[in-house]
Amino acid sequence: MLLLALALALQTPPGEEPVDPYPQSNANAGATPVAGDRLWQAFGEAPGVARIVDRLVALNVADPRISDIFKGQDLVRLRRTLKEQFCYILGGGCTYTGRDMKAAHKDMGLQAADMGALVENLQAAMRAEHVPFAAQNRLLAKLAPMKREVVTR
Amino acid sequence: MHSLVLRIVAGSALASLCAAAPTLAAEGRAGGKLLLTDGITTVEGSAGGGIASWAVIAGQETNAGVGGAASATLIALPDFTLTSLGGAIGIRDRIELSYARQRFDTRDAGAALGLGKGFTFGQQVFGAKLRLVGDAVWDQDRWLPQISVGVQHRRTTQGAVIAAVGGRHDRGTDVYASATKLILSRGLLLNGTVRLTKANQWGLLGFGGDRRDRHTAQFEGSAALLLSPRLAIGGEYRTKPDNLGFAAENDAVDLFAAWALHRHLTLTAAYADLGAIATVRGQRGLFVQLRSAF
Repeated sequence: MLLLALALALQTPPGEEPVDPYPQSNANAGATPVAGDRLWQAFGEAPGVARIVDRLVALNVADPRISDIFKGQDLVRLRRTLKEQFCYILGGGCTYTGRDMKAAHKDMGLQAADMGALVENLQAAMRAEHVPFAAQNRLLAKLAPMKREVVTR
Repeated sequence: MHSLVLRIVAGSALASLCAAAPTLAAEGRAGGKLLLTDGITTVEGSAGGGIASWAVIAGQETNAGVGGAASATLIALPDFTLTSLGGAIGIRDRIELSYARQRFDTRDAGAALGLGKGFTFGQQVFGAKLRLVGDAVWDQDRWLPQISVGVQHRRTTQGAVIAAVGGRHDRGTDVYASATKLILSRGLLLNGTVRLTKANQWGLLGFGGDRRDRHTAQFEGSAALLLSPRLAIGGEYRTKPDNLGFAAENDAVDLFAAWALHRHLTLTAAYADLGAIATVRGQRGLFVQLRSAF
């Protein structure tokens, strides 16, 4: 028991709350990576994606349409796993260590309109980072099918 | 006694809703679709392009709500003016009910055609559309488009003139099937529609004619390119029956730009070529639409 707690504590990155163990796999990212690294470059690579994710989370938390969803969520972990997920999908070569989309959004009761609001915030974050519109749409096209896993009602 | 029980049940339900509230986003909030993804309004009142119906459901609501759209359209041609006022309700992104009222002013051409200067044809279009399968916007990992079927019942005002030029009916009903797909990675929206119709010049000159009085399959195609979240440009093509012996009817084409001025307001401008109308050739002009969606 003590060992398990210790193992869990060791696995939990600093600043994050522990989560129940789950099998890690890039398949959890919910999309396959694009070929090549041109899209990754269009997003400004790791520093660009980091700024986009930080801005996206800040916009969501401040968005009255969806801010309630983020109350009580581990935003440190959210930012880290989103950066990994975007990096993996954009061809940045990262490993995604988060949960799959169904498990990550379980019991949130998300609606289609929540996805719409999220996409608008992501578009704003990408625009602020001067990601070309065509490149923005290539990421959104990868994320869009996740609606089926994320939206439960 | 009964009402007391009801009140207690209602009260506790409210209390549990309030308790649950912090973990859920606000219920019943407006909107949810992305800008421009419910298209604009056709001259016939349904959601689509300007002259082609699409499989999308009017309004900005998702499967969680009831939305709609209202529009005013002007097509200014060299010899005629068509105006259309349209309204549509989109129910849970599944069912669309629409209505349009058209007015076709023959201006000076009315005198030349022997109808009288400023003679006006009118039409009402009652539409219903059902989304069968697919999601044009979100299903980006599948080729399956969003597919809808629809019906448009049309009633015209000038039955006597229509009969005089060879039109067989002053009322008609179209049925159509539409497939719409957004290829988001390319920013490209494609639509194809097959319509069974007897309508002469959109129905303004009645239904069926001396040359033919049966439904024929006609095609509507649209392609649009998203240039930004707020701006799309594209083109449309629509084939039409040619039922009347007195005047050949041509296919319709347009090139458009649709601009979301605001979440609830879209301005569309197009160059439309409607060909020959009632023997008057070269009816090319400006299509302008202001549309509000909610």
